[in-house]
Amino acid sequence: MNAAAPIVLESRQLLKQFGGITATDHVDFTLREGARHALIGPNGAGKTTFVNLLSGVLTPTSGSIFLGGRDITKWSARRRAHAGLARTFQINQLFADLTPVETLMLTIAERENAAWSWFRPVGARTDFVDEAVELLTTLGIADIAHLRVGELAYGKQRLLEIAVALAQKPKVLLLDEPAAGVPEHEREQILDVVAALPSSVALILIEHDMHLVFRFAKSISVLVNGAIFVEGAPDEIANDPRVRQVYLGEEVVHV
Amino acid sequence: MTDQTISTKPSPEAIAARSVLLGRARWGWPEIAFWAIAVALYFLMPTKLMLLSEIAILGLLALSIDLVLGFAGIVTLGQGAFFGIGAYTAGLLARYGMGEAPWSDPLLGLLISGGVAAALGFVTSFLVLRGSDLTRLMVTLGVALIVEELVNQMKWLTGGSDGLQGVMPSAVMGVWEFDLYGKTAYVYSLTVLFVLFVIARRIVKSPFGLSLLAIKGNPLRTRAIGMPVNGRLVLIYTIAAFYAGVAGGLVAQTTQFASPDYVAFHRSADALLMLVFGGAGHLYGGLIGSVIFRVMQDVLGNITPQYWQFWLGMMLVLLVLFIRGGIIGLLMKMRGRIMRNRGPSA
Repeated sequence: MNAAAPIVLESRQLLKQFGGITATDHVDFTLREGARHALIGPNGAGKTTFVNLLSGVLTPTSGSIFLGGRDITKWSARRRAHAGLARTFQINQLFADLTPVETLMLTIAERENAAWSWFRPVGARTDFVDEAVELLTTLGIADIAHLRVGELAYGKQRLLEIAVALAQKPKVLLLDEPAAGVPEHEREQILDVVAALPSSVALILIEHDMHLVFRFAKSISVLVNGAIFVEGAPDEIANDPRVRQVYLGEEVVHV
Repeated sequence: MTDQTISTKPSPEAIAARSVLLGRARWGWPEIAFWAIAVALYFLMPTKLMLLSEIAILGLLALSIDLVLGFAGIVTLGQGAFFGIGAYTAGLLARYGMGEAPWSDPLLGLLISGGVAAALGFVTSFLVLRGSDLTRLMVTLGVALIVEELVNQMKWLTGGSDGLQGVMPSAVMGVWEFDLYGKTAYVYSLTVLFVLFVIARRIVKSPFGLSLLAIKGNPLRTRAIGMPVNGRLVLIYTIAAFYAGVAGGLVAQTTQFASPDYVAFHRSADALLMLVFGGAGHLYGGLIGSVIFRVMQDVLGNITPQYWQFWLGMMLVLLVLFIRGGIIGLLMKMRGRIMRNRGPSA
């Protein structure tokens, strides 16, 4: 990885406390352009809290966050999304009554500030329709474009979850366990999508699945008790005895 | 042809998607039939035109609730406040306009009624942005109770519990006087309902309408995709208040009367009931619900004047327990079953 690439996302001394519990413990974190960075750690290590802080779902107790050099600590989730920060959720957060194509069109319309339009039907923006369909085709789910999202198979919903984030045309993409809960035979499709993400997008991948992590990540941070425990290249992490102890346990890691 | 023009050409899937999406915005024959029947009733039931006019007005009130509840997912028991404000605004304009244009002009009166209601809707919309369904229910109810009490207390303006007398709107567009049979009233109410319905229909089929459904479905994700959720809610709540205000204006003009009954709690509750009866989230639910509600009231009221609400309550319980989605939900389920049966054999 190019260490000289410009920093796109950064957190400085980021702290989040819930009552007496410290969920994020003075985290200094940098993400560079085009990064493929994995965030791993045992259950309850604070991975999702960290992503919620970055994406603006939660407000930090102290510390700051920078996106493209701008301090976004006090920005709403909405403003961060417009500035190029997109995320997916560990548990699907989709619009059950819409269809996939409508979901993506709405996302594109929000990106282009065109969703205040109230007089012309959704389908009138043919450029949006085309872009939405193209994205669905790229992800291999064009066949379900007009079904109700709530009735889709879980694996398809998982892909749509990623598609929504991609429709935002983000500079930074936070993927929160993209393959979580997906049955074995549908996993490969999701892994392929993650592998094919454009290199212009800086990626943070939160994952439990070590195969996925070691397949895609070029750098890894291990989070333990809300703090960064160790950072490095995948082979360094895999061979680090301390990491094995706190996180990987007795399990042997195959790189 | 260069490579570039080929690559920008839409794929067959995209062309198919365009027609699917545009097809959803097209008028279907059940819709055309619905409005054709509404027009035909003018000729078929000349003695019931006042009742039909009232149904059209109640339908408009239910439609306004559908916009906030059926699409944006805001539970409200306060739409009666906007209805009542609209009724008194139109009533006062017609009373002090002395039957002369411009102040007694019905159409101008409706615009002002809607505008005043929308202003109140805009201000109070900020109270329903946050909080659970229960909070929203209580806040909207609270606002409605405040308006109701103000109307009762401001006797010098509203006539208090006696109601507002001497409401004399001038002729519609200077031509059609309001008559005892309700001829003008029905045509006028139905036309206003239709125009506002067409606008509502455009709203819900637009990107803005889609964003409302998304907010109802998942507010967390709407913020994550960069949607100004609060702005959208403020706008639809204000639009719906305008609709309810116009409905109130219509009732004051066509009955030439305004009373505290128009702002009473049961107005909001009845209108919500009509919507649930018909099915929320389809625009037609409120219209169909208002027909059924008012016809039942009339028929059952004639058979058992004391107990018609008993039967109404009974039907409501059965409907909510056994048919989710109201009458429209039932119709759509039946259509789905017919389509499925037809599918494999064809």
